This record gives sequence, C-alpha cells and structure tokens, in this order.
Amino acid sequence: MKLTRRDTLWLGLGGLATAALPGAGLAATVEELTAGFAGGATPGTGGITLTAPEIAENGNTVPIEVSAPGAVAIMLIAPGNPEPSVATFTFGPAAGSQRAATRIRLAKTQDVLALAKMADGSVVQAQSTVKVTIGGCGG
Amino acid sequence: MITRREFLQASLATSMLWGASGIGNWSRLAAQQALSQDKLLEFDDFGNVTLIHITDIHAQMRPIWFREPEWNIGVGAAQGQPPHVVGKEFLQMFQIAPQSPEAYALTYEDFSALGREYGKMGGLDRVATVVAAIRAARPEALLLDGGDTWHGSMTSFLTKGQDMVNAMNLLGVEAMTSHWEWTYGADRVREIVENDLQFPFLGANIFDAEWDEPAFEPYQMFERGGVQVAVIGQAFPYMPIANPRWMFPEYSFGIREERMQEMVDEVRAKGADLVVCLSHNGFDVDRKMVSRVQGIDVILTGHTHDAVPEPVVIGETILIASGSNGKFVSRVDLDVRDGRMMGFRHKLIPIFADVITPDPEMAALIEAERAPFKAQLEEEIGTTESLLYRRGNFQGTWDDLICDAIRSERDAQIALSPGVRWGPSLLPGDAITREDIHNVTSMTYGQCYRTEMTGEVIKTILEDVADNIFNTDPYYQQGGDMVRVGGIGFTCDVAKPIGSRISEMVLTDTGATVDAASSYTVAGWASVNEGTEGPQIWDVIEAHVKKLGTVRVAPSDTVRVTGL
Repeated sequence: MKLTRRDTLWLGLGGLATAALPGAGLAATVEELTAGFAGGATPGTGGITLTAPEIAENGNTVPIEVSAPGAVAIMLIAPGNPEPSVATFTFGPAAGSQRAATRIRLAKTQDVLALAKMADGSVVQAQSTVKVTIGGCGG
Repeated sequence: MITRREFLQASLATSMLWGASGIGNWSRLAAQQALSQDKLLEFDDFGNVTLIHITDIHAQMRPIWFREPEWNIGVGAAQGQPPHVVGKEFLQMFQIAPQSPEAYALTYEDFSALGREYGKMGGLDRVATVVAAIRAARPEALLLDGGDTWHGSMTSFLTKGQDMVNAMNLLGVEAMTSHWEWTYGADRVREIVENDLQFPFLGANIFDAEWDEPAFEPYQMFERGGVQVAVIGQAFPYMPIANPRWMFPEYSFGIREERMQEMVDEVRAKGADLVVCLSHNGFDVDRKMVSRVQGIDVILTGHTHDAVPEPVVIGETILIASGSNGKFVSRVDLDVRDGRMMGFRHKLIPIFADVITPDPEMAALIEAERAPFKAQLEEEIGTTESLLYRRGNFQGTWDDLICDAIRSERDAQIALSPGVRWGPSLLPGDAITREDIHNVTSMTYGQCYRTEMTGEVIKTILEDVADNIFNTDPYYQQGGDMVRVGGIGFTCDVAKPIGSRISEMVLTDTGATVDAASSYTVAGWASVNEGTEGPQIWDVIEAHVKKLGTVRVAPSDTVRVTGL
C-alpha cells in the first residue's frame, strides 16, 4: 500500500501524528496542506481559538494552544518553517474537549495558522503572529 | 450602578478640580515664583481611597538630573497620543508655561539652563517626605512600586540590590512588581523575596517555564477606607527576550491577557470593590491590554519611564504614568462606592530636591548604604563641558560618549550601545564621577565584547531593534529605545515594516557604504548571550574619560529619522 502524506496525517486517532518527511525539499506548501485538510471547503472564522505568545521567549520551544469546540480535527501550520506542517490532532466522539496544547519550533517570525474541521465538514481557521527576535536592549 | 456617561462627567468634574490642585496649578506657582513644599503637596482630599505610585526608580537614591526625551515617537493608534508628545507640543497639550518648573521637570528644551534654576530632582529622602505627608492626610494610603527598583546604580550593583530593598522597606512600600530585579538572577530574587522583602512581590504573569504554572503571587487584597482593594501585579512581559534568559531560566513571562482577565474576575468574585493593576508592561502595552481586559479600574503603568501630568482615560479605566528615577510621585484619590470607582482626583507630584525637605531617617539610611563605597563612588574621573543625556528614541550624548569610548578602547570600526531608558543626565561643568558612569551602565552583564559582523548582520540587528519600538501593534514592542551606534550612520523610516526601515548605512569615518557581504569589527555591551567575554563597560568608559580629562560631545547627526 502506498501511504500518502495525507493518509499519514489521518492515521492519528485522538493522538498526535507528526509529519516526518525525509527532507525539506519535499515539504508540502501551506496551500497544499490547507487544501488537503479542508477538502474543498473554504475556511471561515470563529469557533476556533489559537493562543500563542506575541514574542517567543525561545523560538526553539514556543507554547501553542488551540481550542475548537465540536471539531473532529485540528491542524497546526507554521508557514515560515522549512517544513510548514506541524501537527494534526484528531478527536474521536468520546473526546471530552477539542483542545490541544504543545510546544513547537519556529524558524523565524511568522503567522502561525490553525485550522479546525467540524463534524459537518465545515472548516474554520485562526492565525497569530509570533515574533522570533534576537532580543536585547529592553530597558 | 454608574454608567459610562456618568463616569465621564465625574472625570470632567475632577479634571476641573485639577485646575485648583494639580498640574494646572504649576503654571500659577511659576508666575508667583512660589515653589514651596506646601504648594507641591497641596491636594484637596477626595473620595475614600488613596493610592501612591512610584516606579522605575532604577536605584537612584539621591537627587539626579534627568532630561526627558526629545524623541518619543508613537506609531499606529498611539501616534500623537500621550506619552508620545514631547517639547513644545507637550507644553501646549498640558497648558504648561515654557521655562516654568513643570516645563523643566517634564520636557527637554533648555534643560541645562532650567536645571541650574530649579535644581536636581528626586532623592528617596525627599520621596519619603512626600509619602509621609500624604499618609498624614490619608493614613490608609496604599503605596505601590512598579519595579525597576533594585537596579541602576553602583551601590545597587555592589550590594546586589540590597541597598534599595532596605530603602523600600523603610519607605513602607506595600506591594511591588518587577523587571531588572531579575538580572540579579533567580536565586537572588527568591532570596530577597523570601527573607528580606516586607511586602509582596507580585506577578500574575510570572510562570514556571517547564510546567507553565503560576510561580509568584498574582495579587494582594487590601482593606482601605472600608473598601476592598485588589492589587494585581504584572511583571515586564518580555523578560527572557530583552534581558538574559539564562539568568532566570526557570521562569516564563509574557503579557498573558487571558490570565489577567482571570485574575480580575477572581478578585471581583472575592469581593474587590476596586481593581488596581500594578504594571510593568509599558504605556502602549497597557493601553492595549486595558481595551481587551474588562474590569480594571486603575492601571499604575511603568517601564517606559513616561511622566504624564493627567490620567489617560481608556473606557472606564484610568492610566497613571509616574515617570522614573524618583522624579515624581503620583497621588491618586478615588471615590469607591457600591463596588465601583465613581471618580478620581490625581496629582503628579514633582520631587524638586531643593524645595522638599529630606526625611532624616531615609537620609541616614542612604548615607549608611553609601558609606562602605563612598571613596570609590565619588572619585572624579573627568569633567564634562557638554550636557550628557540618554533618554530618547535615538542617540543621546551619553551614548555618543560611550560609543566613542568603545571604539577607541576596543579598537573597533563600529560600536553598539543598548537603547535602555535609564541613566540620568549630567550638566555642562559637572564632574564625571565613577558613580555617574555606573549610573548609565550598571548591570550584571556589562561585558564589552568585540567581534566581527557582516553588514547584513548589522542591518538585521538594527531592523530587529527598530521593530521592537515601531511595530504598530504594542504587543510586539519590547519598550526599549533604538540601539545607539558609533562609527556608522543610517536612515530609519519608522513608518515602514520590519526589514525595510533601515537604509543608507554608511561608515562615518570614510563615508563608505556599509556592504552587506563585508565583515566589520564591532564592539558593544549588554549582550544577552551567556558567556560573553570582555572588560566591564564602566571600566572601558573610565579609561577613555581619564584620557580625555574634559569631555565635549556635540549631539550626533549620523542617524536620520523619516516616516514621521
């Protein structure tokens, strides 16, 4: 069986399926990722909350939380990373809440993107600018 | 329940009262040449709760000169709004007469001449007198310190903040929040908080970095005048970015406005009639935060060193900005009834050191703290013929001198000096003592490094720092001023986005364009990287000033600012 990248993402059942591609050269673009996730639906807004720091204290481990009540899946994308795909969380019918928190690495300042797919197939998205700075000079 | 409209009417009524008792009165005092302690303290008691706010003292125990900024550029929604108003426009906005004591205290023009006329400002012994006078009128007045208290002088550096901790205990501070305090390291902060500090060290936004759980007390409840007052602390949000993260690796900060909202809701549920946020966010960050967090009555704002003579009203919240370096004390009287703030009266009290009698007990403490180091502190290294100042968005003569010292002593083509907002001024004719040099450089990571950087890296640094000041979203501003440079000039278009603000970078010695791919020798200080090597910056400056004997610095014109 040929396992496509999209299939891989959908293998997670309530857990975390990280994208583990062999090299950045094969990284899917943000457009490919969102189109694949949304399955043709145009992402709306509202119903999804993305919480991220305004300025990363440490770009190597940035706390990100995303919550989308009623979602069956949530996808996190870091468009400014060599590999934009970060994670997709899927939620089964027994999930107590549709919320995920993790820490991600950000290569540079960028708009982190979160998409949530609802049970009816509709998709919503939220984004948040996280600044990764060299720091210093605060006074 | 008071409606928004009633609230605004109440504000208007009190702002009319300011004419008799607050800032408006200063002009009249100047006309009468009647600057006296009684006049400075004059205040018609109002309401049932009094707050006293001090902030950003930067360990300045004794009176200082402090020239307010010539450049304080506001971007986005903050453009042209206080505190982004300077000089003549500031005087017009607050109806202050040029050349008056308040013009000297609050603006930069004719600073040297007015300084000679009206004298130094600040001094913790004078602050103690003012606090005692307010407490005599209002025994239950609540004294709150916005932080940046333990750092900024030679004695605070040598005692790791102990001199200021002792002084603040004596002053009777009742809660504080923090920023530069952390640069003594997390162990030292915990040692002081656990053993020495006689009041709470608040920070709703200080979290354990590993588990992301609250690490310090978020708030303290006080009963004053029959009213439940909640004081929520907000430490400097960008601590691990703007200052060395390795010094307090176990903590995480951030604005965390959801957490602030939770804390407001929690204290309200506990019966708070008045919610005060003691903040080290900086003015613009507080202005934004208060538009998004509901239920804060008063924000006592700090970090950006702004002295604003009248409260800025945002929705139903008042923002109080009390300056820096001990130059001002704010008194805020509030009428709190039925669980609501119904009105306020405010005065930014200028601490004219020659007018206010020092408190003897505090004066004795200051002398005792200085005594072990006195000879070291007061040794004269040189003299200045020029006004030396730092505060402002771009270049200042103190940093021009520091950059000259770095280039000369460290044999570098380019010097970088951090755009911190602290550092008092010196007037022409003043001696430059060792203590004066420490006042503009004191820190626990003062090593003066020397390295090579490409033109591209230098531009990236300038762009990055510029975005920390001129990003139109205050939540992306760290609150320092622009990095100061020696040996290069550039143009900064403040209206552009990150990556395109800096242009026309040239070497000032030759006029040659700075080439992106070429390598240059660069020296600077205050690196946030662990293991930075080099002599301490104050020793570098001392060696340079000793060689010069007499310092003459013309304000530099190597940085061009556009997009205003």
